[in-house]
Amino acid sequence: MSARAEPFVGLRFTPHNVGRWVVWGGFAILLLIAPLLFRSGLAHTMLSQMGIAVIACLAYNILLGQGGMLSFGHAVYSGLGSYLTIHTLNLVSAGQLALPVSLLPLVGGLAGLFFAALFGYVTTRKAGTPFAMITLGLGELVWSMSLMLPEFFGGEGGISGNRVTGSRFAGITFGPQIQLYYLIAVYCFVSTAAMFALTRTPLGRMLNAVRDNPERVEFIGYDTQHVRFVSFTISGFFMGIAGGLGALNFEIVTAEVVGAGRSGGYLLFTFLGGATTFFGPIIGGVLLVLAVVLLSELTKAWLLYLGLIFMFMVMYAPGGLASLILMNLRVAAYGRLRELGWRYAALAASALVLLSGAGAVIEMVYFLQVDVTGGDTMRFAGVPLAPRGAASWVGAAVVLAAGIALFEAARRRFVRHWNGVQEDIERELRRRAGL
Amino acid sequence: MDQLLINLLNGVSSGLLLFMLSSGLTLIFSMMGVLNFAHASFYMVGAYFAYTLTNIVGFWPALVLSPILVALLGAGFERTALRRAHKFGHVPELLITFGLSYVILEVVQLIWGRAAVPFATPAALDGPAFTLVQQGGGLSVRLGAAPAELCSTAGALCSRFPMTRAFMMFIALLMLVALWLMLTRTRVGLVIQASLTHPEMVESLGHNVPRVFMLVFGSGCALAALAGVVGGITFVTEPNMSAVGPIVFAVIVIGGMGSLAGAFIGSILVGLLQTMPLTVDKSLIDAARNIGWAVGPDSAFYPFLKITLAQAAPILPYLLLVLMLIFRPKGLMGTREG
Repeated sequence: MSARAEPFVGLRFTPHNVGRWVVWGGFAILLLIAPLLFRSGLAHTMLSQMGIAVIACLAYNILLGQGGMLSFGHAVYSGLGSYLTIHTLNLVSAGQLALPVSLLPLVGGLAGLFFAALFGYVTTRKAGTPFAMITLGLGELVWSMSLMLPEFFGGEGGISGNRVTGSRFAGITFGPQIQLYYLIAVYCFVSTAAMFALTRTPLGRMLNAVRDNPERVEFIGYDTQHVRFVSFTISGFFMGIAGGLGALNFEIVTAEVVGAGRSGGYLLFTFLGGATTFFGPIIGGVLLVLAVVLLSELTKAWLLYLGLIFMFMVMYAPGGLASLILMNLRVAAYGRLRELGWRYAALAASALVLLSGAGAVIEMVYFLQVDVTGGDTMRFAGVPLAPRGAASWVGAAVVLAAGIALFEAARRRFVRHWNGVQEDIERELRRRAGL
Repeated sequence: MDQLLINLLNGVSSGLLLFMLSSGLTLIFSMMGVLNFAHASFYMVGAYFAYTLTNIVGFWPALVLSPILVALLGAGFERTALRRAHKFGHVPELLITFGLSYVILEVVQLIWGRAAVPFATPAALDGPAFTLVQQGGGLSVRLGAAPAELCSTAGALCSRFPMTRAFMMFIALLMLVALWLMLTRTRVGLVIQASLTHPEMVESLGHNVPRVFMLVFGSGCALAALAGVVGGITFVTEPNMSAVGPIVFAVIVIGGMGSLAGAFIGSILVGLLQTMPLTVDKSLIDAARNIGWAVGPDSAFYPFLKITLAQAAPILPYLLLVLMLIFRPKGLMGTREG
């Protein structure tokens, strides 16, 4: 018998992680009540797309944020997942396969897993910049294949299907958008939880280590290529699930789902949301749908704005929106947010002036260049502008110049104060650590 | 025979154009470790600048001015944006050039519109450079266009090789020689080469390494813009020009990352691979028939088998890329596995 005494059972106490329950419970409740808060048809469509985009961005972030792997062709896995899902759906419709519609996204997931294993065998042989270029090349390869194989990819018209088919459970047909939304919500919640769990496994930790210091990982006996490969296939699986849900949502799959534009979108918004935190891509996914559906309606120049925002984000806040939120939460936790308040207001007001000036100029150029419908006047934020006359141009230029001057002044003051606050917090942290 | 020769020359000239792009990219990559995702965008901007400048000062000054302007743009981008992202690591560097490619594409469409612009070939470069005349089993070369009566006689076959393509080859070879001389024979070239391997030492010797980086980035963009001017008059000047980017990336992986000689071989290889199959209207079905297999629409993989070589031409560079990675991961002339 070992001499060590068993501790008294009653003293063994593992505290419930209350914060975690609150966060995940809140997430579930949010998914549940979101379609009740926003009741319009457009809102339900957008919410469905958001659920899908959240899965895709989180899956993408397994590579970008957690593995430090920049993939330029990740739409391939969601896209091929979409295609296999819609082909399976058509088999179900034709009565050749008995599979409930609710399980079809898993078919997409398995397709993503399969193709990620196939292509990942090649891509994950490299890391860093070569990895990025090879994923780009493979993306182009699949995109070109889509034009060559109309039997599978459906050519110009794509492949369409009908999701109201197969066996029904409790009268759920997935015909109404709201029923599909809840299916997407369930997949979204489970996938998010699974991907979060992944970050807590030894594999997830090794992936972070491979990102930070691959040489050292090799030295302690791990195969970095293997770690990259396994996480690449896992990411492909979740991309495939997102693709499968997308196929069910739109009931049509066209070749652009495997295109470089889609891959670029996942990359842009995962980064904008914040690749360095787990929840950042969730913000990114929501923004993706907002931008694609709403912003593209609002202005034709949306890709220009998006590119500019992205570049500024890379330069000034490489942690994305999530890092900005966390920074401000830290400031708030030390009770210093209040003094920054009016400086934020000044920053926002001057930015508004700057943006309205720049926006007016860009929109007028677009009006002259792209909009050939004719007419001499356009409306920008409710203000009538005449792009063919000089007055509007002078006005916009003055607003823009004033905006730049004001913003720069506000920014300098803000940065000075912000740095001061951060220094105080760091000092406080050091003081506490020294205690 | 004559057609094959023309095809070969077309392939080589495409390859040389690719080399003009991949050399700049390789130079920037090997020096700064930055993969310039917007490289093909600078190629496109070069063509558009030259188009506008041609209308103002004529083609030949534009051929010089456009790369200079693009070099200034590139250097400005390096100075203001790239240098800032540099301190965050290689992924943000790549990302910021990725963002730049979006912005450039949109701005170009904003200024010049979404459709192609009529960037005409200058008169001096119009028409064929030489004509291959095949007559009675013999092959002869005529400079310029062959006389019409010669080509219209029975049994004579004329194949023309356009002047723009010849010009493209000439510029690319000129650039290759100039680049080689500059890197190996001039003081600036030696400093650049030294900064590649020993940046700290070069810095301690009193050279401004960040400024050398800016110079290299600008020059790389200028090379892309020069290729853009030549490509603009040979092909169509349109926003879709930047779609050549992935091919260039494939080229430098195939050639070996960071190797200028590898970039050259890779470019020629990919140029030939893109051009040569275009005239071959044969598929795997024909190959199967030759060895005695009958393949019909019911056979397995029929959709794959019926793709002709001409249809498959766009994917061949990427297939080569994949094969290269499986069998020789460091590329043709690469020195390191990474």
